[in-house]
Amino acid sequence: MNKLKKIFFVFSLLFLASYAVPTYAKGNLTVYCSVEIEVCEILIQGFKKETGIDVAMTRKSSGETFAQMKAEATNPKGDVWYGGTGDPHLTAASVGLTEKYKSKHFNDLLTAAQNQAKFSDYKSVGIYVGALGYGYNTNLLKEKGLPVPKSWADLTNPVYKGEIQMANPNSSGTAYTTLATIIQILGDDKGWDFMKALHKNINQYTKSGSAPIKAAAKGETTIGIVFQHDATKQKKSGLPIAVVSPTEGTGFEVGSMSIIKGARNMKEAKIFADWALSPAAQTLVFSSGISLQVPANTKAKGDPDAPVLSKIKLISYDFEKYGNKDTRSKLLRKWDKDVSNLPK
Amino acid sequence: MRKIVIGWIFIGSLGVFILPWYMINDGFFSFSWLFEYELENYGPSIFFALSEKKWLLPLVGPLIFPIILLFFKSSRRTYSNIFLISGILGFVYFFLQGYAIGIRGWNYQIFETLFGEVDRQFGIGIGAVLTISTFIFYLTHGLASRGWLNGDNFIVGSIWVVIILVSIFVFIPILNMFVRAFIGSEGIHTLASFSDRFINKGLWGLDCVFSNVNCGVVWNTLTMGILTAFSSTFLGLGFALLIARTNFKFKKLFKVLSVLPIITPPFVIGLAIIILFGRSGAVSTFLEWGFEVERSRWIYGLSGIWFAQTLAFTPITFLVLIGVIESISPSMEEASQTLRASKWQVFKTVTFPLIRPGLANAFLLGFIESLADFGNPLVLGGDYNVLSTEIFFAVVGAQYDESKAAVLAIILLSMVLIAFYVQNQWLGKKSYVSITGKGDSGFYAELPKSVKNFIYFVVVPWGLLTLIIYLMIMFGGFVEMWGVDHNFTLKHYINAFSVTFDEKIGLHWTGTAWNSFSNTFWVAVLAAPPTAAFGILTAYLLTRHNFMGKRAFEFGTMLSFAIPGTIIGISYIFTFNTPPIEITGTGIILIIAFVFRNMPVGVRAGIASMNQLDPHLDEASATLNASSYQTFKNIILPLLKPAIIASLVFSFVRAMTAISAVIFLVSARYDLATSYILGRLENNDYGLAIVYSSALIVVMLITIVVIQLIVGRRKLGRRDQYVDLMQGNSG
Repeated sequence: MNKLKKIFFVFSLLFLASYAVPTYAKGNLTVYCSVEIEVCEILIQGFKKETGIDVAMTRKSSGETFAQMKAEATNPKGDVWYGGTGDPHLTAASVGLTEKYKSKHFNDLLTAAQNQAKFSDYKSVGIYVGALGYGYNTNLLKEKGLPVPKSWADLTNPVYKGEIQMANPNSSGTAYTTLATIIQILGDDKGWDFMKALHKNINQYTKSGSAPIKAAAKGETTIGIVFQHDATKQKKSGLPIAVVSPTEGTGFEVGSMSIIKGARNMKEAKIFADWALSPAAQTLVFSSGISLQVPANTKAKGDPDAPVLSKIKLISYDFEKYGNKDTRSKLLRKWDKDVSNLPK
Repeated sequence: MRKIVIGWIFIGSLGVFILPWYMINDGFFSFSWLFEYELENYGPSIFFALSEKKWLLPLVGPLIFPIILLFFKSSRRTYSNIFLISGILGFVYFFLQGYAIGIRGWNYQIFETLFGEVDRQFGIGIGAVLTISTFIFYLTHGLASRGWLNGDNFIVGSIWVVIILVSIFVFIPILNMFVRAFIGSEGIHTLASFSDRFINKGLWGLDCVFSNVNCGVVWNTLTMGILTAFSSTFLGLGFALLIARTNFKFKKLFKVLSVLPIITPPFVIGLAIIILFGRSGAVSTFLEWGFEVERSRWIYGLSGIWFAQTLAFTPITFLVLIGVIESISPSMEEASQTLRASKWQVFKTVTFPLIRPGLANAFLLGFIESLADFGNPLVLGGDYNVLSTEIFFAVVGAQYDESKAAVLAIILLSMVLIAFYVQNQWLGKKSYVSITGKGDSGFYAELPKSVKNFIYFVVVPWGLLTLIIYLMIMFGGFVEMWGVDHNFTLKHYINAFSVTFDEKIGLHWTGTAWNSFSNTFWVAVLAAPPTAAFGILTAYLLTRHNFMGKRAFEFGTMLSFAIPGTIIGISYIFTFNTPPIEITGTGIILIIAFVFRNMPVGVRAGIASMNQLDPHLDEASATLNASSYQTFKNIILPLLKPAIIASLVFSFVRAMTAISAVIFLVSARYDLATSYILGRLENNDYGLAIVYSSALIVVMLITIVVIQLIVGRRKLGRRDQYVDLMQGNSG
């Protein structure tokens, strides 16, 4: 048995040695990726093939990435932050975590993507756009004999009591976008009245933004308020989900990309940023069949199953106002106080 | 003694004069620098000290000062003073320069105006580590030769090493986090904003008592913690008694069943529960079909969390309790039987009181685990909010409010502190010694009928429920889509773990899971031995020696366990992203995080077992002139084998399945299994997640068996021995 112990000990030392190697190294781009892991992998493989630059990629949600970048600010370890909803990118830009850069593909981008760059003083840029909406479980709806919802207003119908799920705006950017969208469509007073009426029908405020539609897909809830591309994805994987784009019009998110300030590989980071916005790269990612958002570059091809922006009534979402930290905390506090505390 | 001193001076000099002082790019332990040696990159500190980093020079003084003791005779007092002074000077100066001068020169403006500009420096490397170790040795040797703790080098050294390591890897990061949280980017938060965060309805509201609105988060958390701790201790005790004290036929199966949940990656149990008991779950469907019970979402909320947590934490309480139960000497029970006690009286007045330290520790662990648990409340919580999830989303959610997270973490910590205090009060100062070294033989008393019935009626069904859940999980790996499309397929296994054979490169690991899988495995294997060693050593120091600040020290070792993983992860980045200790992005930071996070289990298990060992055993050994190190190694350790196994198994398993702490610490090269699984679950890729989890479970089971082979069994008296799977000790 002693021999076993010794062998084990030697092995441990050997492996300990190999584990002390840091990931970040020169000439080796580090990307924090906040879209789905498969999409990240397609993106990174494509970039390696195109440029020959080695990439170390870590997948984390946008909130996690933002928290990590803030903690690493004195000695940044990442170079580029790719993907994730636009708000945390704006916040990162406003607290000086990201680097100013205007891509050569800037003029080809959708207005929303360009605005993201303008609001952030070019410290961030839009890479895709996704519209808000909701999805419902077709089987459950039929089984319960419920009417087919078509608009935001339909969701406050008492027949849906206990059938709707949305995320908690305190923890999810998706839900915050929903809140801001409603207030922009209906105005301040009516908007809050809507949220209160909706509250009565909600069975649970989930923590994560896309959880409601997954619960709907599993049959745990009937309706889930999410981004349309998330709902479409469930539908595409064969689950009984139908996607609704509310008739009153709807808000949207601008998935963004930022270069991290103080990046160790600034040159490679900029190469990456330009490449990621190029028509080729955008087509590669957004027609891969797993990313159903609309590409920011107008010359790129998107997925045929993706929601078509021209068919969706988009409101002119005011990112400057509602992305602002003060507006955000004001809205969230009001939601906490006036809505989430109400009895159902 | 002289030999040890010379040895340490040699080690310290190696650090200053020969080995690379700073962290080298290819890693801390890498030896490639030997082949491409360049002074600028791989130089020892003396090289830098004589060129542009002059501030390193003063370190040489205290390092070589004690050499004079080898040439001159000195009184005991001078001897200890010289070591003490050299040690303290070296130690303090080492950290002073490390924290004052960082990656961009001076870290604080005030020094720059005082001393002018300086060169920058990087994270410490192997040379610096050896040097600081030598200073710590000087310090403890000085204290020991002064007569501290009977002049015992081993004890004084161990205490200081534990204190210093816990300070560096637990206290400082946490303190750092709190300080940053309160001194936010907008300057120091006012007391008003603190009290606003601390006193609000969301935390302390009691509305649920008289209406159907949710109560405050604090009450929710407390209710959940107490319920879970209670039920898991209860069931853990049942399982332990079933296995140690009954002749139940399927003991072995139950032993495996009872520990299965801890070797299950998080979220998987929650998912299985939803698929069984959720609104569209199998059970609900059956109830609707058979009894016309309307489907409901009852599983979301406290009931679901409680259920899942009890399932998940019973194994932990079981591991603590079985060690304790098996250590109880049959002689006492026999004595009481001889005095004509009934079976019930024996159980109530002898057996049960002797289990108390185990119960108390199990309860405390269950409580803390429940409070720190994040996966189950996330999946099954519904609108039932608890502190751990609130803290996580305060950090990474849409609010980015670290101050709120810090306030919530303080509340969580206080709850643990109170639980810890209550536990100590309940245990009191009674003696729980039952391993005395005196001959003991005989058989355990039979359990009273009522206890046996309870075990059969409660524990056995619970075990079966566990079995069903695990069969469900395994089943999920072989179907197209769990819960939706139940056609048989092997595609998930092929996707995750395929291996192809290529003529040019030989075996090719083509499955998507291999990379994170092997990483996770090796990180867990490497983290387990130091965790157990550190935990048991700490337990020994705490139970056998008295020193100042012992209670505070004990609580300090529990801290890292009670703090939510998210906070630990973020605070590790804050603290270890910049020199002197710059380890973010390496695999080492994962290992360190696991060691210090899981150490408390070793401490708890160690303390519970140690309370049963008669101190006379130590004394006998000391009387025979054994040093305290020899006593520890030859007497205590062999008797603690169950505790060692428990902490090894636990730390290995936790390192394989941890999630919240490592979200921020994983990097592209060091990705871990749980973050892979979480990613798949987010994608509705249940099949892949389950396949991966099943593979993890199998690997963990095998490893646990190997751990037992390595540690071996404890032999106590002449009690009947049997091999058992999870504990490897005698019964």
